[in-house]
Amino acid sequence: MHTLLLLIIPIVFMAIVFFLKGKTAGYVALISSILSFIVSIIIAIYLHFNGYFDEFNQSWISSFGINFHVGIDGISLILVLLTTILTPFIILTSLQKDIENSSAFYGLILLMQAGMLGAFTAMDSFLFYVSYEVALIPIYFICGLWGGENRIAVTLKFFIYTLAGSLFMLISIIYLYLQTPGNHTFEISEFYKLNLSSTEQSWIFLGFFLAFAVKVPIFPFHSWQPSTYTTAPTVGTMLLAGIMLKMGLYGIIRFVLPIVPEAVAHWNTVAIFLCVCGIIYGSIIALRQNDLKTVVAFSSLAHVGLIAAGIFSMNVQGIQGAMIQMFNHGINAVALLFLIDLLERRSGTRMMDKLGGVASVNKRVAVVFAIVMLGSVGLPLTNGFVGEFLLLMGVYQWNMYAAMFAGLTIILGAVYMLRLYRHVFFGEISEAGRSISKTTIIETIMSYKLIALIIVLGIFPNLLLNISAPAVNKLLNLIANHSNLVSTL
Amino acid sequence: MTELVWLVPLLPLIGFIINGLGFGKISKNLAAIIGCGSVFLSFIIAAGIFYEDLGRSGTAVQKTYFTWITAGNISVDFSFLIDRLSIIMMLIVTGVGFLIHIYSAGYMHDDAGFGKFFAYMNLFMFSMLVLVLGSNYVMLFIGWEGVGLCSYLLIGFWYKNHDYTAAANKAFIMNRIGDLGFLLGIFLIFKTFGTSDFASVFNSARSFSSGNTTIALITLFLFIGAMGKSAQIPLFTWLPDAMAGPTPVSALIHAATMVTAGIYMIARSNIMYALAPSTSEFVAIIGALTALIAGIIALTQTDIKKVLAYSTVSQLGYMFVALGVTAYSSAMFHVMTHAFFKALLFLGAGSVIHAMSGEQNMRKMGGLRKNLPITFITMAIATLAIAGFPPFAGFFSKDEILAAAYSHSMFLFVILAVTSVLTSLYMFRLFFLTFFGAFRGTKHQLDHLHESPKSMTVPLMILMVFSAVGGFFGIPEALGGKHFLNEYFSPVFGGNTRIQSHEVSHLFEYGLMIVSVVFIILMYQFTKQRYDKKSIEKSVEESKMSLWYKLSLHKFYVDELYNKIIVNPLNGMSNFFFNSIEKKVIDGAVNGGGHTVYFFSSMLKNLQSGNIGFYVLMMVIGIVAIIFFSLVKKVSF
Repeated sequence: MHTLLLLIIPIVFMAIVFFLKGKTAGYVALISSILSFIVSIIIAIYLHFNGYFDEFNQSWISSFGINFHVGIDGISLILVLLTTILTPFIILTSLQKDIENSSAFYGLILLMQAGMLGAFTAMDSFLFYVSYEVALIPIYFICGLWGGENRIAVTLKFFIYTLAGSLFMLISIIYLYLQTPGNHTFEISEFYKLNLSSTEQSWIFLGFFLAFAVKVPIFPFHSWQPSTYTTAPTVGTMLLAGIMLKMGLYGIIRFVLPIVPEAVAHWNTVAIFLCVCGIIYGSIIALRQNDLKTVVAFSSLAHVGLIAAGIFSMNVQGIQGAMIQMFNHGINAVALLFLIDLLERRSGTRMMDKLGGVASVNKRVAVVFAIVMLGSVGLPLTNGFVGEFLLLMGVYQWNMYAAMFAGLTIILGAVYMLRLYRHVFFGEISEAGRSISKTTIIETIMSYKLIALIIVLGIFPNLLLNISAPAVNKLLNLIANHSNLVSTL
Repeated sequence: MTELVWLVPLLPLIGFIINGLGFGKISKNLAAIIGCGSVFLSFIIAAGIFYEDLGRSGTAVQKTYFTWITAGNISVDFSFLIDRLSIIMMLIVTGVGFLIHIYSAGYMHDDAGFGKFFAYMNLFMFSMLVLVLGSNYVMLFIGWEGVGLCSYLLIGFWYKNHDYTAAANKAFIMNRIGDLGFLLGIFLIFKTFGTSDFASVFNSARSFSSGNTTIALITLFLFIGAMGKSAQIPLFTWLPDAMAGPTPVSALIHAATMVTAGIYMIARSNIMYALAPSTSEFVAIIGALTALIAGIIALTQTDIKKVLAYSTVSQLGYMFVALGVTAYSSAMFHVMTHAFFKALLFLGAGSVIHAMSGEQNMRKMGGLRKNLPITFITMAIATLAIAGFPPFAGFFSKDEILAAAYSHSMFLFVILAVTSVLTSLYMFRLFFLTFFGAFRGTKHQLDHLHESPKSMTVPLMILMVFSAVGGFFGIPEALGGKHFLNEYFSPVFGGNTRIQSHEVSHLFEYGLMIVSVVFIILMYQFTKQRYDKKSIEKSVEESKMSLWYKLSLHKFYVDELYNKIIVNPLNGMSNFFFNSIEKKVIDGAVNGGGHTVYFFSSMLKNLQSGNIGFYVLMMVIGIVAIIFFSLVKKVSF
């Protein structure tokens, strides 16, 4: 029942928010997102102490065997928590400035939250598909109406690209539906039981892979991403980079690995090759960018490439690493974007060559940015380390050379992040840099919250790892029963 | 006291937090007291642990605090290992570190970033102590990367200067290259042994045969990490640039402690390295070449700190040779004596720079012995110690390494012997250029010449004492000593049955000592004639330089080479990827696909009023597909 509450809260509040005006709409949306956060914490506590699996199942379109079936296990919970922790944060960020048509804006954020939570909790594949698409509509409007230059063309491309990708998923889902015995069902757990020939597995793999590869994005299906990230309003980029792209990674874990394990074992050489290409390609492009948001976009391509590679290596370190890194990448990406927004709002630019010497003007922002940077380059005792460590270990177990190339991310990541930091914060104070003199109390509090998350999760990563561990083990057992593909360390 | 080991790293961490949060709010005096006091307390506890360990006769103790990472069957504990190797490192780090903290209170007194400086220094102490105390490779890696971060922060301490921050970035990135190697080593350790805990790994490793390829690969990966951290070929160019940081930083991080982390790590992994003769050979060769090349470069540098930096690289090469020939105890001996005299040399250089109002070019110094008597005397002892003149510290540790190299291979011995001569040469050159001859600075500098304050000279004097007598911990049998240090380390290295014997005849040892003393005296005379006079020759013009002189002065053009073969191609690739592949190929393909769709949908387009209609269409297609498929299925039933 709690899970249902999680979905109802944002939808009910969305309806309220549409009738409000100005900042009030934002504050009501904030309240909604905080309520969701509290509910998700309650679920986490239940799950931790009782091993209680929260579930709600109601027949929806019975003639097609579609159920409104939602539930939360450890894998879902990590992503639910990510969503409910980041949404208040994202709303607070947008409250820092005045927004036109704020009721629509905040309503759309809440709708998007509902869509993402639906995707992360769906136990019915049709519900997953619908939620997956529902989450896309609000971000389309957010980018298209509140975005920057050239927003219509960019947003349209993003929209069509991801939508076209997910059609392939729909085809796979429908095919699987038709394979289920009896009256057919869209229940995901029923898909796990199917005996599919290796040809069928390969086709289904391809369908899902195309959908998720566009969403994540995996190289070379990423071309919507950099332009969308830079064009979207910062809040939109936060939603995309922080939470939404995890839907693709989540989909790979929830659908691809357990339903078509043999195809994964067969095709993961190609998949990991593409991921590693993305890591190196994204990192190398990030080396020379001038726009801070473009750096974040390409570094994101590299980071999620590593996460996907860890998942495809199909071992417990890789998947656990992916779970914790999905969470931590969300925190770090949002933190970076929050700080970039803070800089841009004051100086009017996010170009490295215009900013400079900010450390001499505002020490607090410099320190906070430094800590976020360390988190994103994966320094031990910050949140970024454990994920990268486990992911690379997972890839290493699959193949040493793949891990060597994937590992270049820790070198190149340091190169582009340190370069960025040096340009923005060090050196003589530039005119744009001078304008970053003051920060508001709310911004300070938000920064401290981020730093606390980065450090606490760096020292106690088991807080997250223990949440997903049972579910990940269950998943791997499922695959192991299916076939003898999994090597466990 | 052993129970309190967690306080040893924690106290500096608390110092970091207080000084970091209170920067700008608490007074300079308080910041200095917190900064120095926390390290001093750590030193006291370390000394207590040392004492208790003597009573236990060297049994290792492991303290586990909590489980840090769990994933599947692997887990990493947050735990500390206290054995004689970590105890000695702890004493060096906290002891020398404390003296340098005191010195910094004087040296940095007028700097606006005083509190920040102490915060960073304390953070460094924390990281370094975690590095030496960690009981598994991942804990070691926390410290390993932590010291890299502190090095970055402190090299770029004066962050308004673009060259300094470039040097800081370079240091961090070069360390990261090594760190990737280290990480791969850790992964292979996990894959091979299922754990990264030192005790279990070494226990299992004992059953491997010598020359096993897995062990060889592990040790090679770990050594790549050591190359970065301890500035060996090819990853050595960051260390001389690191001299951009304040001088106490150079003394603490880039001479006495952090750069010896690689030595410590290999000594810690001695069981595996002794099982990998090929890797060990490689370690020794890299060490020897680094020692020689850095020694040659040091000959012509004019910046006093650069000379010392290359000297450090060269001495680290010595230590790696010792490790490569499995003389682990000798390597640790040299780590210890080097920490004393190199810290002293840097602090002395700092005192000189302080007196010269920031001047670092030795060509503009000269005759400083009258104005800086304490600095002069302490530097003299340190110079003799590093040159290896008896009975000062370097004499014992260096001769031990030379003897060990000789017992292993003539090639290594010859290179080290030549390097040893070079060491005397560049050190005496530095000594005479700085303290003898006529003063060559400006009138303004001359008026301001002064001996440094007590807070700076007292640490110099204490380090002088250790540089003078530090070698007595390891008096060789040939001189009737018992070699206390070898005895002390026997619980650590004694269990390793694959350590080769480094016995050389006493006669050879006597001969070696006499020859090295003769050479030191010759070099002394040579440099004295050249630099102890009223005026020194003007610097040679580029066109008249000999090839060797050019190579040395331009540091063998290594930086230029790296720019040509790595940095520029990477930047070119970045532009190419972004401007051609990304915009034309990948995006072009996607847009091409899009245009094709547009073309075919041009008729439908008229029916659509807005873009969202497209979405509705897709949904409709989807639903139609469902019905279609289910009908097909039903029919086939």
